[in-house]
Amino acid sequence: MNAPVVIAEDLGRDYEVGGGMFSRPQTVRAVAGASFTLAPGKTLAIVGESGCGKSTLARMITLIEEPTSGRLTIDGIEATPDRWAELRTHVQIVFQDPYGSLNLRQRVGAILEEPLKINRRDMSAKERQEKAREMMRLVGLREEHYDRYPHMFSGGQRQRIAVARALMLEPKLLVLDEPVSALDLSIQSQILNLLIDLQERLQLAYLFISHDLSVVKHIADDVVVMYLGRPVEAGPKDEVFAAPRHPYTKALLSATPSADPALRKQRIKLQGELPSPLAVPPGCPFAPRCWKTQEKCRAERPWLEGEPHPAACFFPEN
Amino acid sequence: MALLTIRNLTVEFATASGAFRAVDSVDVDIDRGEILAIVGESGSGKSVSMLATMGLLPWTATITAERMEFDGTDLRSLSGPARRRLIGKDIAMIFQEPMSSLNPCFTVGFQIREALKQHLDLDKKGRQARAVELFEMVGIPDPERRLKAFPHQLSGGMNQRVMIAMAIACKPRLLIADEPTTALDVTIQAQILDLLTDLQKETGMALILITHDMGVVAETAERVAVQYAGQKVEDQPVTDLFARPHHPYTAALLAALPERATERRLPTIPGVVPGQHDKPVGCLFSPRCKFADERCRQVPPPVQPPAIGFARCHYPLNVPAEVETA
Repeated sequence: MNAPVVIAEDLGRDYEVGGGMFSRPQTVRAVAGASFTLAPGKTLAIVGESGCGKSTLARMITLIEEPTSGRLTIDGIEATPDRWAELRTHVQIVFQDPYGSLNLRQRVGAILEEPLKINRRDMSAKERQEKAREMMRLVGLREEHYDRYPHMFSGGQRQRIAVARALMLEPKLLVLDEPVSALDLSIQSQILNLLIDLQERLQLAYLFISHDLSVVKHIADDVVVMYLGRPVEAGPKDEVFAAPRHPYTKALLSATPSADPALRKQRIKLQGELPSPLAVPPGCPFAPRCWKTQEKCRAERPWLEGEPHPAACFFPEN
Repeated sequence: MALLTIRNLTVEFATASGAFRAVDSVDVDIDRGEILAIVGESGSGKSVSMLATMGLLPWTATITAERMEFDGTDLRSLSGPARRRLIGKDIAMIFQEPMSSLNPCFTVGFQIREALKQHLDLDKKGRQARAVELFEMVGIPDPERRLKAFPHQLSGGMNQRVMIAMAIACKPRLLIADEPTTALDVTIQAQILDLLTDLQKETGMALILITHDMGVVAETAERVAVQYAGQKVEDQPVTDLFARPHHPYTAALLAALPERATERRLPTIPGVVPGQHDKPVGCLFSPRCKFADERCRQVPPPVQPPAIGFARCHYPLNVPAEVETA
């Protein structure tokens, strides 16, 4: 078994918001208590609704944002800000919107060579170009695309360029922040296949962030479900999808529409909406919307625990 | 008689590089109390065809149709004032982005009362009472207080409920929902879809649901029209469409769904949707179709009979034994 690429222990990130001359700033706990390990060649999916802290977590793993608590180890080295520079080449990110993440004034070749220019100073221009062309073949772009601008490409091809750019420095971990949500269905499957192929070939570890459970079910090995900044359930994909333990996971699965008209299942109707992250309930964050809430849920905070896979709930399903 | 009948609708936009045909001879029929889903990828003309029906397209658009009737009224020859009396009252529409379709300068209560003032003969008190009643109908808690809120003070799900309340304010006979849940989270999406189908059952209005999400289609629609590159390529009841797609595009689209995958690698549709300048002469799907031959590339395909789901294809799939292809 290979050594894990990422070990996150109890990662947390707080933001201070508001505040002014007469008011104290308030603290938002965007992420709290996130722990997981990720091995090479494996995919860990983070799922949850908007505002659950998925993207903040991605930014911490990508070393853009410093965690305010917890420990993050990447490739066996503890990631403290003084070592970020050397570790950053191991971690790369692909963003959701391929229309916004590419520089419209650069040609594809220049986009791909930029990471090398910055991080591999001793590389000659010819070597760089060679490498960029090789990467284009790897992600299914044609040679003649080298001199074109991003606006000449469709969404799917732009996402290929974004993936190619992320792979230029041969990272060990790729953070994929909703990589297919902006794409049409017929293009989505092309990009997912590309990601699967690249993972097999290069033994990449993927941190796959998505709200689309059908995509997660297809691509992930392990799943972490987050709610209001806290992981509420974590485990192998098959277990989580077949036998969810946390009521929120169950509700999320039942709310996801299935593309089978014969299977009009009974949806669990969640009452209300996500509470504001400024006013997280003192007990279980899900308690105000849960149908199994009891006195204990409102008073005490549950922790990730239990068998067969951990869930943060006092009265888990199954 | 059908509530809305459209025959041979074509919409062309004048662009700097020539005319662009966004909708190409599309037929739409919807009966009272029916839920029709129009599915297609971006650029398939699904929104444009409905905006054309509403008369909401800019002047650069040229709309031609053989028939365009709503409950006996010819929509093509309707004068401005007459159209404004119809739109928003008998035909209402909900848009994708609730945050950007509401006016940020006015409270949601003002905006909903404005719709009531325009179309219904109610006094001020009556309008307020109706607004509260509507908010209760769409499941907004504490309606009196929420009516005084501005759009930015409400969440996306709440704003979409406001949009729905506004759309059903004058009891429309046809509600067009353009990607009503795309901007929302799944648990909120489930709430909104349930709300729309419940309202449809209660009031007996017809509902046209424009979406790209096959899951949403499978769970809510009764009949489905599939559009590709501006043309309607198939039209079938929902269970039949998912069980026996007749057009190769529908079949490929369904096969590309991750949840239908049997292997790790997903089946894909090679290539991209044709653009303004590379439209094929024959079948528009022929460059990406694995069944295409010379005839498909040269001759535009006929529309097959209803038993083959109106498929626009020379060689439709899953043809029942006793039916002849066109």
